[in-house]
Amino acid sequence: MTDMHKIETALTGIIVADDGAPLALPENGIGSPQRRMDGPDKVTGQATYAGEDMPNGTLHAVLVTSPVAKGRIAAVDTGQARAAPGVVRVLTPADMPTLGSPSVPPTAQSKLPMSSLDIDYEGQPIAIVLAETLEQAEAGAGLVRIGIERAKPAVFDTAEVEVPPTEGNGYVLGELDPAHGDVDAGFANAAHRIEATYTTPTRHHNMMEPSATLAEWRGGDLHLNDATQWSWGLQLSLAGIFDMEPSRIHIRCPYTGGGFGAKGYVWPHQILAPIAARIVGRPVKLNLTRTGCYTGCGYQSGTQSRLRLASDAQGHLTAVEHHTENVTSVSDDYIEFANMGTRGMYAMPAYRMTTRVRRANVGTPTAMRAPHEGPGMFALESAMDELAYEIGMDPLELRLANYTDSDPHSGKPFSSNKLREAYAEGARRIGWSDRVHEPRSRRDGDKLLGLGMAGAIMTTFRNASQARVAMTPDGRFTVEVGSQEIGTGTRTIFAQVVAERLGIPSERVTVVLGSTDLPPASATLGSASTISIGSAVATATDNLKTRLDDMAGRETRPDEWPDLLARLGVDRVQAEGAFTLPGDVSFDAHGGQTDYSMHTWGAVFVEMEVDEITGIARMRRAVAAYSAGRILNPVTARSQMIGGIIFGYGRAMLEASPMDPRYGRYLSKNLSGVQLPVNADIPRNIDVCFIEEHDPHASAIGVRGIGELGEVGVAAAITNAIYNATGKRVRDLPVHFEHLIA
Amino acid sequence: MKNFAYAIAPDISSASEAAVQGAQLVAGGTEILNWMRLGIVSADRVIDITRLPELSSIDRQGDEIRIGALATLNQIEGSDIVRQDAPVLSQACLLAASAQLRNRATIGGNVLQKTRCPYFRAEAATGDRMPWPCNKRVPGSGCSAREGDFSRAALFGATEACVATQPSDPAVALVALDAEVDLVGPSGSRSIPITRFHVTQSEAADLARTREGRRLLGGDAPETPDALIENRLMPGEIIVAYRFSVDTASRNSAYVKLRERESYEYAMASAAVCLDQSAGQVRQARVALGSIAQKPWRLSGAEAALSGQTLDEARLTSVLATAFSDAEPLPHQDYKVKVAQGAVRRALTKAGGSIQ
Ligand SMILES: Cc1cc2nc3c(=O)[nH]c(=O)nc-3n(C[C@H](O)[C@H](O)[C@H](O)COP(=O)(O)OP(=O)(O)OC[C@H]3O[C@@H](n4cnc5c(N)ncnc54)[C@H](O)[C@@H]3O)c2cc1C
Ligand code: SF4
Repeated sequence: MTDMHKIETALTGIIVADDGAPLALPENGIGSPQRRMDGPDKVTGQATYAGEDMPNGTLHAVLVTSPVAKGRIAAVDTGQARAAPGVVRVLTPADMPTLGSPSVPPTAQSKLPMSSLDIDYEGQPIAIVLAETLEQAEAGAGLVRIGIERAKPAVFDTAEVEVPPTEGNGYVLGELDPAHGDVDAGFANAAHRIEATYTTPTRHHNMMEPSATLAEWRGGDLHLNDATQWSWGLQLSLAGIFDMEPSRIHIRCPYTGGGFGAKGYVWPHQILAPIAARIVGRPVKLNLTRTGCYTGCGYQSGTQSRLRLASDAQGHLTAVEHHTENVTSVSDDYIEFANMGTRGMYAMPAYRMTTRVRRANVGTPTAMRAPHEGPGMFALESAMDELAYEIGMDPLELRLANYTDSDPHSGKPFSSNKLREAYAEGARRIGWSDRVHEPRSRRDGDKLLGLGMAGAIMTTFRNASQARVAMTPDGRFTVEVGSQEIGTGTRTIFAQVVAERLGIPSERVTVVLGSTDLPPASATLGSASTISIGSAVATATDNLKTRLDDMAGRETRPDEWPDLLARLGVDRVQAEGAFTLPGDVSFDAHGGQTDYSMHTWGAVFVEMEVDEITGIARMRRAVAAYSAGRILNPVTARSQMIGGIIFGYGRAMLEASPMDPRYGRYLSKNLSGVQLPVNADIPRNIDVCFIEEHDPHASAIGVRGIGELGEVGVAAAITNAIYNATGKRVRDLPVHFEHLIA
Repeated sequence: MKNFAYAIAPDISSASEAAVQGAQLVAGGTEILNWMRLGIVSADRVIDITRLPELSSIDRQGDEIRIGALATLNQIEGSDIVRQDAPVLSQACLLAASAQLRNRATIGGNVLQKTRCPYFRAEAATGDRMPWPCNKRVPGSGCSAREGDFSRAALFGATEACVATQPSDPAVALVALDAEVDLVGPSGSRSIPITRFHVTQSEAADLARTREGRRLLGGDAPETPDALIENRLMPGEIIVAYRFSVDTASRNSAYVKLRERESYEYAMASAAVCLDQSAGQVRQARVALGSIAQKPWRLSGAEAALSGQTLDEARLTSVLATAFSDAEPLPHQDYKVKVAQGAVRRALTKAGGSIQ
């Protein structure tokens, strides 16, 4: 079972899932290092994805999108396209039905597609070509002639800074401008101060499976096969837009091929496919091309963070300022809360933060692993490193000096926090005590070497969820939940939860996901699936046991149940369970209305090498230790974290989607012009460990979310290591030749 | 992308004739299929040339190595002949693209690949759908890259009309090896030095005023020939093979490719060096740079200045400074000069050179 990943739980309470360590973990249930149940199906092509299905009579839809970022459509000439072989219909704004107003989110943008002749961003849908084959639809799309009166687009650099509205804005996750204490005095009386501006670029999710949808109307019900991270959000959004009962909209997503946030909310193609299917009376398949994904399903907004830190002589922070700006669209105010992490990370007697947007001719940004804390902690953790050098203090010592065990913003205690243990274990594993603080102190041949670290923090998001667990006389169990599997391994985890609760092997559990005809469940977003659905599955399992005990009239063991069912002539017993949130809200962040502040934590350590003659930097080693609640499965958890670290490497060293400001178009809308990390960039053994922990407050099963945490802090650890190697401070990501070349 | 007819060429002359009549030739298809998807070319007829026997095999006769145009990058990389006698070419192939692509990509098609300029590579079904000007896509429309954000822009030989670079790695090695290109066309066969095969934009502008230039353009005379002519391959001409002589310098050769990503990425700058150094003295050095001009850029002046000299730090610094004194980086791209110089330095040592 664990021939590739050997697992060790050291006496010190450190959980490691890594090559070569001795095995001492539970064989079964929670905490056991099980492989993904669906792994074989995925690698052998048995797992099916939304874009694969093809009911009889399906038409292929291809979008014709705007080549300009701002302007007005003067004419759409579909004559040639309509005459092209195989083309059945060409839809333009004139064909659009009257629609209800969308709720944002789950709908990504309030402006409905093809609802007006104004062009607000490049890539905005203008027409849909429907044809018998994909090739015919593509060829037809090339024949649609569009006349556009062009105007000069606004871009991030030229746009005005605005205070985003908070009323009616579903993208407001917290206070815009939190402040506390006497910041000016904190600066005036400080022994040390630093001030700097940090930027992170706009970048795209570049998930493996491009967004795809297949819409079909049957007897007034809408059936959608969709590559989504949030089936219920899609149902809710379309119910509003089409003025339908949600229960008449059926979403299926057998598997979702990654998303990183791009498939969280509802984008134009998911609204247009059902409209087209309705008009032509046939199933319509609308798969975005890779190019289409650059403007069709969001991106992570570039951010600019201005930081000011002040400390006393011992390094205790006396005042903190973090002012952030991000780009947003003409129609909506997406906010990338880059100062979110700064609100919870350190003890701060005084702070002042502002959160602003700049409106430009771009599509609406969206959450991308890791939203808010991902770009923001690059700024904070770079600034902390700068402060450490300003003071002449070890950067890890500086973090420890500012450790807090209650939330500096809300004042609540943390539900659980083992960050200090994570710092200690990470430092031990990388060999931090051998680090030389002075930059440019270590060399290996042509290369300068440096060690850097950063702290990580991520908001804990929770979603109300339900689940059903059933038992059949053959002794097998089925978990049914309307969640979606995007590659994180939740299927396996849910089986483990049932196995643990009942003391049975998880091979006896089948997990059925991927349909809104199952119990409503959390979005696969915000690292919230395991905490929310896992808790609902646990409760459903407990309820099932109670029900079976009731049926037997006494306390029973699971191995008695098949006989019990046979005796009673029952062929299926099921129970439901729910994970609810205080105040009966459907969603909360950082503990919501509870008495606790909920976050996950981490400490990331990196060694970098830099060749100043060529301007090239590469990562030699990465170590990360996390405080993230109970770890249900060390193997899938480790996968999440190394994936996150690679994601963070991309942010630091490679990824960006620059836009040409003259045209408001991304320079490259193709993977060949966008650099993502490849295996050769990544050291073979990323060393990840977890501090053993049980969070009694965040969920019914001791866990918090982990998926996004792995990305946080990595970029700062990398640039801090580059500073330690070279004495060069990179404040604008990604790191580039010109930052490093001698 | 529209439907097209596909046929396999039975022999060179019919392939050549079809090309003259406007068919597109396809070898590995790794470039041309992208062009068709992006809207860069559109073809009614595609002729597969992968069955032409004259174009295959890698062999050595005496001191001469011959690489057939259909040899894939992985075949060249893995060839013992090439590894031993021209490691620079083996390395340049290995460092190109990805393993999967190298299994298909031929070296004939490789030197004909087009620039990675993102303005040029914009997805646009038709010219009127182009989001921005590009003289290579719509002649006369202008060049967006000059004031844009194209990091792989030329340091040498560019014009107002175009600042694109040739991104090929193997071509840089072939230039450092002083290879000859064997061509067969409608009017027979000929060989030209690979150093003369590609042209910079300013060379293209000069060429366009000659008879050869007009023939290269196939008779049409667009407004900005500087952006359209990229090499001296005549309409209908087919690359059959590359030939080069093996010498001490080619045996002591190396390729260095600098890029943000460690693998599967085009170069910011690359250097191919063939070095014959004995007792500290340079007997012969051949140095070519990639991705800094629309052709592999030979540092002939630097080669002459190093010849007969010891390779010391001061001399190298001054030779490299001279070699780049007339480089014309775009605004904000001064760093590229240093990257290119860094590539030369690292390639010299990789080729076994010792810098005192
Ligand atoms: C994602 C990606 C990454 C890449 N990275 C690199 C890289 O890092 N370095 C690098 O050097 N290259 C790189 N390449 C380019 C790749 O090496 C070339 O696409 C390949 O070598 C072209 O060969 P082909 O046989 O596929 O050409 P085709 O696509 O078949 O043809 C390309 C052109 O050459 C013509 N042609 C082909 N053979 C002949 C011939 N014998 N005579 C006359 N005309 C001919 C065709 O008509 C066509 O016009 C990359 C390509 C891709 C798609
Ligand atoms: S550099 Fe050349 S290819 Fe690029 S935009 Fe300018 S003209 Fe087009």
